[in-house]
Amino acid sequence: MASARRSLNVVGKPLPRVDAWGKATGRTRYADDLSLPRMLYGRLLLSTQPHALIKRIDVSRALELEGVVAVITGRDVPVRYGIMPVGQDETALAVDKVRYAGEPVAAVAALDEDTAEEALSLIEVEYEPLRPIMSIEEALRLPEPRIHDYVPAGNIHRLASLEFGDVAQGFAEADYVREDLFFFQGNTHLPMEQHSALAYWDPAEGKLTLWSSTQTPHYVQRALAKALELPENRVRVIATPVGGGFGGKSDPFHHEICAAKLSMLTGRPVKITLTREEVFYAHRGRHPELMWVRTGVKRDGRITAMEFQAFLDGGAYSSYGPATTYYAGTFQTITYRIPHYRFQAVRVFTNKPPCGPKRGHGTPQPRYALEVHLDKLAHDLGLDPVELRLRNLTGPNEVTVNWLHITSNGLRQCIERIVEASGWREKRGRLPYGRGIGFAVSAYMCGAGLPIYYNDMPHSEVQVKVDRSGNVTAYSMAIDIGQGSDTVIATVVAEVLGLYPEDIRLVTADTDLTPIDLGSYSSRVTMMVGNAAYEAAMKARQLIFRAAARELGVPVRRLEARDRTVFDRRDPSRALPFAEAARLAEARFGLISTIGSYRPPQRLGTYKGSGVGPSPAYSYSACAVEVQCDPETGEVKVEKVWLAHDIGRPINPILVEGQIEGSVYMALGEVLMEEQAFRKGQHRAPSMLDYKSPTIKEMPPVVSILVETDEPRGPFGAKEVGQGPLLCVIPAVANAVYDALGVRIDETPITPEKVLKALDEKAKGGPGRVGPERKPDFAFREPTRVERPPGWPHYRPHEEG
Amino acid sequence: MAADLTGRSNTVAEATTKAPVRLLVNGQPYELLVPVHRTLLETLREDLQLTGTKHGCEVGECGMCTVLLDGEPVLSCLTLTVEVEGRTVTTVEGLERGGELHPLQKAFAQMGATQCGYCTPAMLLTAKSLLDRSPSPSEDEIREALSGVLCRCTGYIKIIAAVEMAARQMGAPDSVA
Repeated sequence: MASARRSLNVVGKPLPRVDAWGKATGRTRYADDLSLPRMLYGRLLLSTQPHALIKRIDVSRALELEGVVAVITGRDVPVRYGIMPVGQDETALAVDKVRYAGEPVAAVAALDEDTAEEALSLIEVEYEPLRPIMSIEEALRLPEPRIHDYVPAGNIHRLASLEFGDVAQGFAEADYVREDLFFFQGNTHLPMEQHSALAYWDPAEGKLTLWSSTQTPHYVQRALAKALELPENRVRVIATPVGGGFGGKSDPFHHEICAAKLSMLTGRPVKITLTREEVFYAHRGRHPELMWVRTGVKRDGRITAMEFQAFLDGGAYSSYGPATTYYAGTFQTITYRIPHYRFQAVRVFTNKPPCGPKRGHGTPQPRYALEVHLDKLAHDLGLDPVELRLRNLTGPNEVTVNWLHITSNGLRQCIERIVEASGWREKRGRLPYGRGIGFAVSAYMCGAGLPIYYNDMPHSEVQVKVDRSGNVTAYSMAIDIGQGSDTVIATVVAEVLGLYPEDIRLVTADTDLTPIDLGSYSSRVTMMVGNAAYEAAMKARQLIFRAAARELGVPVRRLEARDRTVFDRRDPSRALPFAEAARLAEARFGLISTIGSYRPPQRLGTYKGSGVGPSPAYSYSACAVEVQCDPETGEVKVEKVWLAHDIGRPINPILVEGQIEGSVYMALGEVLMEEQAFRKGQHRAPSMLDYKSPTIKEMPPVVSILVETDEPRGPFGAKEVGQGPLLCVIPAVANAVYDALGVRIDETPITPEKVLKALDEKAKGGPGRVGPERKPDFAFREPTRVERPPGWPHYRPHEEG
Repeated sequence: MAADLTGRSNTVAEATTKAPVRLLVNGQPYELLVPVHRTLLETLREDLQLTGTKHGCEVGECGMCTVLLDGEPVLSCLTLTVEVEGRTVTTVEGLERGGELHPLQKAFAQMGATQCGYCTPAMLLTAKSLLDRSPSPSEDEIREALSGVLCRCTGYIKIIAAVEMAARQMGAPDSVA
């Protein structure tokens, strides 16, 4: 790929985002900003029960209300759908049964919002309550009542059980073994923009158009087609600029299908915007997760074996859960060489809003457990926690014990930079009581190697069109959710063609007009769309250079494009303006319209479960956090965060820093404050006032360090940054609290109450720990034994051509 | 079911008592007849089509809907339109002057203070109010002033930097060519 860094013009420069001006002037149109003539307003009626049979729904009084145009219930939209082929367990409105309080049971379309709201109060629903299942322990203990009957047994949704190498042998080689239990509380994305969708059914064309705040227009198109029984090519989904996603807008949602169905029934456009309370129920956020980890080490700290078990609370539906289940155990191995590794996980159904992918999808929980566990191991061994990690690091060009192919790997540089910048060696264990420093590392993928549904087509395609005005347009289904995908596409195309990002027009996220991109999830866009954009732009450049070469009388290989000019590198006075070169190219070749397609490399693993984890490349992060804790109040104040991230190469350093700072912010919320908690079957706090999240006042300074490793598979050497930097911050805070106070808070969030409880226990001679006491009594099936890569860790795969 | 003066049965919204309101929005005078329970947020977004003003909760928790009322930040979702009779409202659409962006808008764009952009209008207006009364605020003052507006993307760091940059530029007119 384009790793030749000779004189890059716009890549790597701190230029403003291409969408900054629209956003700074209020002109960017989000979904709820749209309206159409004769538009109706839709609202959803929510279940008041966490688990119940629907005995009767009577909508007649609502229909009689003046201004109500249509009312639908589950019977009107009974076809099941879901984001994953193995998880087709949702309906747009509950049919016969509700599975969480807040689940939509009916939808109304009316002339205005007040009328729609009034109509909801006129719908009568009679429930027959069932016992709600509200925790992992209950779900494992109680096979009845069953939340779903499509799974083989009880309330167990998914299982994973794998062993790489021979764990028994690995533990036999250990000088020391330690085990720990952790609990990671569920939390939610809390995007500032509520989900919103506007649907328009054109009966003449037999075509549905949906504008929606979604991260995955392609998957929404498929789900709409299925749920509404329409051919896929009669459904057009246009993703509007997403006002915050973080994974929370990656599923097809009830309101999207209901808006579409109501439009089909009424022949009028219908818009549904969720209320803030409904956003909490839409959820798909972080799984609450109970984790047990056991590691064997040599005296010098080298790991000989590891066992990791995870118990995931999935909420009421599948969502991305089958993947999340594997993510509980997949990425431990990309930071550390684990010679023998056993991983087992179970995801249960509970009567809560469905959990799914939140920034870091299923990996912040195990990373938290692993990094705190290793911190404890280091203390047991009398080793510096940094030193313990350095003795176990993976390196570049390595295949992990579970067959993940690491290409570039800047973890060691990240650690060295953090140790130096934070003053780790001077501070650890030497700060006054109440003050502490903590350390952790992490890694993440640059795009899921497999699509959500099996197919052998490209994951990303980009089309570049150059017209005779010199205008360049890039077409891509990628949707900018704030991460900066528009800027990445424009920058890559501009670099190749010698233009500036603002010269590139973008047509994005429209399933009718743009070639495929699977969506803004799994940190895949820079890698996959970036590569497709690079290829398409290179092909356009080739045509333009050929035409320009003939005009200038110089060989193509001597041409260069820069500053909107095509010129002879040897004699830059022989030059053409880009627009002139484009006209010559069109005259010679016809329409200059080129394409690029990206498909990730084949995965190396062939075992069942090997589809989760492979990625073209992995990003690495290391972090130190300094905290000030008040032993009187239990309050933990984060004073400063140092975060080094192996970005490969930054396409735009401002965007990279922004993702690091935003990741740190979100991680601090998760580790110290945020919880999606329930009481008596109901969400405890479905409002922003009660769901505590950090404000500008709590945000500490962040020192961002970019480590460059020039990823051979990345566009211009780039890797992801949207999710990876979040992961290490959470355990680093927990480790810092230990350094400050000598207590271990082994469950999130680390609240003042828990800190005080641990201090109190320690004062009474206890270990000074708050966290889960025992793991559930659950017998995992025998793990599937998977052979390690031959010669591990020195196995080298055949490089693709 | 209420009925309006014509006796025609009507929707809930149409049947509500309406009141006349005069207000100045971004320098433009408006005379409107609005239901008495209509919020300023609804009036701006739906009646005046000024969709730059956002909403995130409509119960006063997130700050997305902040606009300036006679120069002071208010939550438009908690402000009834009939309450602002005769007053001056500034929305994000009113920040530009003669086609020239406000220094805060330029600074937000240049410093990367927008990511998803959804909180940006509220941040800009709140910051403008701060700089209008305190031209070179300390970082603590900036944090205090902006603390009512939530942002989930940026970690606030580049927002603070952008406000500081705009303050410097506004205080040094020579450098604004």
